Amino acid sequence: MSHRFTDVDAVREGLSKVDYLCDSGLAGVVYLADRLDKPVLVEGPAGTGKTQLAKSVAEITGSRLIRLQCYEGLDEARALYEWNYKKQLLRIQTEREADVEWDNISTDIFSDEFLLTRPLLEAIRATDPIVLLIDEVDRVEVETEALLLEILSEYQVSIPELGTMEAVQVPLVFLTSNNTRELSEALKRRCLYLHIDYPSMEREKEIVLAKVPDITENLADQVARVVRSIRRLELKKPPSVSETLDWARTLVLLGVQHVDADVAAETINILLKYQSDITRAGKELATVEGLDA
Amino acid sequence: MGDGGQGSAVTVADHASGIGAVGSLPVAAGDPLLDLLNGFIAELRAVGIPASLTENLDAMEAVKHIPVEDRDTFKYALAATLVKNQAHWKAFETVFEVYFSLRGAQYEITEDDLEDVTDADGEIAAEGDRGGSGDMLSPEELAEMLYRALMRGDAEMIRAAARQAVRRYAGMEPGRPVGGTYYLYRTLRNLDLEGVLERLMDVDQETEGDVDDFELRLRRDTYELRIAELKRQIEAEIRRRLVADRGVEAMAKTLRKPLPSDIDFMHASREEMASLRKAIYPLTRKLAARLVRKRRHGRSGPLDFRSTVRHSLSYGGVPVEPKFRHPRPHKPDIMVVADVSGSVAAFARFTLHLVYAISSQFSKVRSFVFIDGLDEVTQYFEGTDDIAEAVHRVNTEADVVWVDGHSDYGHALGVFWDNYGNDVGPRTTVLILGDARNNYHAPESWIVKALQEKARHLYWLNPEPRSYWDTGDSIVGEYAPHCDGVFEVRNLRQLEAFVDRLA
Repeated sequence: MSHRFTDVDAVREGLSKVDYLCDSGLAGVVYLADRLDKPVLVEGPAGTGKTQLAKSVAEITGSRLIRLQCYEGLDEARALYEWNYKKQLLRIQTEREADVEWDNISTDIFSDEFLLTRPLLEAIRATDPIVLLIDEVDRVEVETEALLLEILSEYQVSIPELGTMEAVQVPLVFLTSNNTRELSEALKRRCLYLHIDYPSMEREKEIVLAKVPDITENLADQVARVVRSIRRLELKKPPSVSETLDWARTLVLLGVQHVDADVAAETINILLKYQSDITRAGKELATVEGLDA
Repeated sequence: MGDGGQGSAVTVADHASGIGAVGSLPVAAGDPLLDLLNGFIAELRAVGIPASLTENLDAMEAVKHIPVEDRDTFKYALAATLVKNQAHWKAFETVFEVYFSLRGAQYEITEDDLEDVTDADGEIAAEGDRGGSGDMLSPEELAEMLYRALMRGDAEMIRAAARQAVRRYAGMEPGRPVGGTYYLYRTLRNLDLEGVLERLMDVDQETEGDVDDFELRLRRDTYELRIAELKRQIEAEIRRRLVADRGVEAMAKTLRKPLPSDIDFMHASREEMASLRKAIYPLTRKLAARLVRKRRHGRSGPLDFRSTVRHSLSYGGVPVEPKFRHPRPHKPDIMVVADVSGSVAAFARFTLHLVYAISSQFSKVRSFVFIDGLDEVTQYFEGTDDIAEAVHRVNTEADVVWVDGHSDYGHALGVFWDNYGNDVGPRTTVLILGDARNNYHAPESWIVKALQEKARHLYWLNPEPRSYWDTGDSIVGEYAPHCDGVFEVRNLRQLEAFVDRLA
């Protein structure tokens, strides 16, 4: 089987071409996923680019992105496949006039024609290169997780009436989780694990420069520094990268050249969403004394 | 999970010839890298990271694709296959450094380095006034180098400064049976990092007079982070030298870092406290989600006889369809009575934090803290969603000292009984937190007995290891017969298990 990437650097360079800036650790894991044919479980705080990673990888490999958004109550019929009951019923009714043997009908109505593919089955049956994104997998119940196990380890789906469908090509699979609950051992064991944390200050500055048009280097640097200082506080919800970008865009729109205490105080509600966080950050940033030495 | 030793792993692998990667195992057995990896994984398991057989095989497969020289990527590749929980990262990193610190070009211990280690022998006596042999820097030169490295924030320079600092000040000798913390302390004491920070800040203010407080704060944060990085580098350097001196296996055991959920509340260092604080938030979120789920998916309630008979009428009187009552899981009233004297304060803090974070799972939570006096602190938690701040206020504002500020369970319980005893009802669960070290005061255990009779449940949580109970002035044994349960709660894992049970 041919691989998508030649080496780790190729992954990193490819990703940076589509404005997804990452370190060698992340690139290494994506590279391994390709080499070992294993799914990647991506965890990390909200808004650090977990979903974006899958999208960017799809973009650089020229693959089609198939996305399964998880939610509580997701079931087989929504994730894997479903029989098209209405069509089956119609078929039975038309056959009734023709007086066909039941055996023939039953083999007939459980055939490909009556199968509605859902994201997971679609990813398996596709002939073109696929990136499969299973988003927010921590939202489904533990029992539903089991649905994923077969496809994650064997890249196949078993349909009782039709038999086992094996993948035509192995898709690159990303699962994301916001860590609201502990995923089962069985699921974790089948995946490579990648934790995406908030980027370093330098990286964040690069991201701001890449994503926010018309921002000056100086302002981007200040934005990154302020955000880093805010993240050091013990907050309920530290600002995410997307919030940093929103903030940077706002500053550009407002025509701010230099972030000082006043500007920060007026616009901090873009970065922080809880009143207690806003109060605390306002109080903390007004004092020169650091958290620790 | 973590106790499956290396031996069993190999036997299973021999039989499971169906898996592709296993086939290559016997061939690779002589490979020094895979030998190293085997020891590495055994050590991970010893720390408590559950690395299963399949993950083990994945790791062996992974290292074939990533060159060990690319150290960062190599580290992440190993982590991706072996460590599936972010809380385990720190422990993993330490083990990784011990096992692979001597690999990768810029980390190689040179002849020169080794000489230094031996050289340091004679140096300890002359510490401070030696001009420096070879490329050893004088203290002034080193201070200047350090200062410039921190000023610029150049990672290479910081690393170089850390190496120099360790060579200069740690006074490491081969075979000396002291741990890394001793050397770390020695090095840091000589560097006076607080002073360096002040100097950095002062210079900033002098060169550009008109910077405001906000800007200063940002700069201070920058420098603080660089200093933290320097400390990390110094630690790494000390570890590297220790490993070079004593070998991997010996050091792995000494340097082992517990997982956050295994950190002992009573003996946590400052750094460990920080990681505990970080761990508690995701823990409460998970716990709350789990409890909500538990209520929702709970089995249905007892048989509803009336409803069953009513429905049986449509089946001609045959109770075909049994009906059940809706489960109405009771939400307990919680009263937390916590000892907050020195040694057990951290434990009380974490328990209060956890209980309040999931307070939606209880119908009411009231909390009391005591040393020898007792004070209600419920009001600190009401009307604020910042639990950490409330816990901080408990520590600073609650009036808990009566006579001398030494724990007196008897008196504190007496105050509780007199003032709040009437509020304890059949729906109340009372939690008493403390080590029951009573400084030889009267135990007044009848109060616990009376409370237990009035309350739905009364539990005692003790942060001391069970083997210490009833030694010295600990009188858990006096109270235990009157409690519905006495639990040893020394770390987050045990605390989580208890709270899960409670709700």
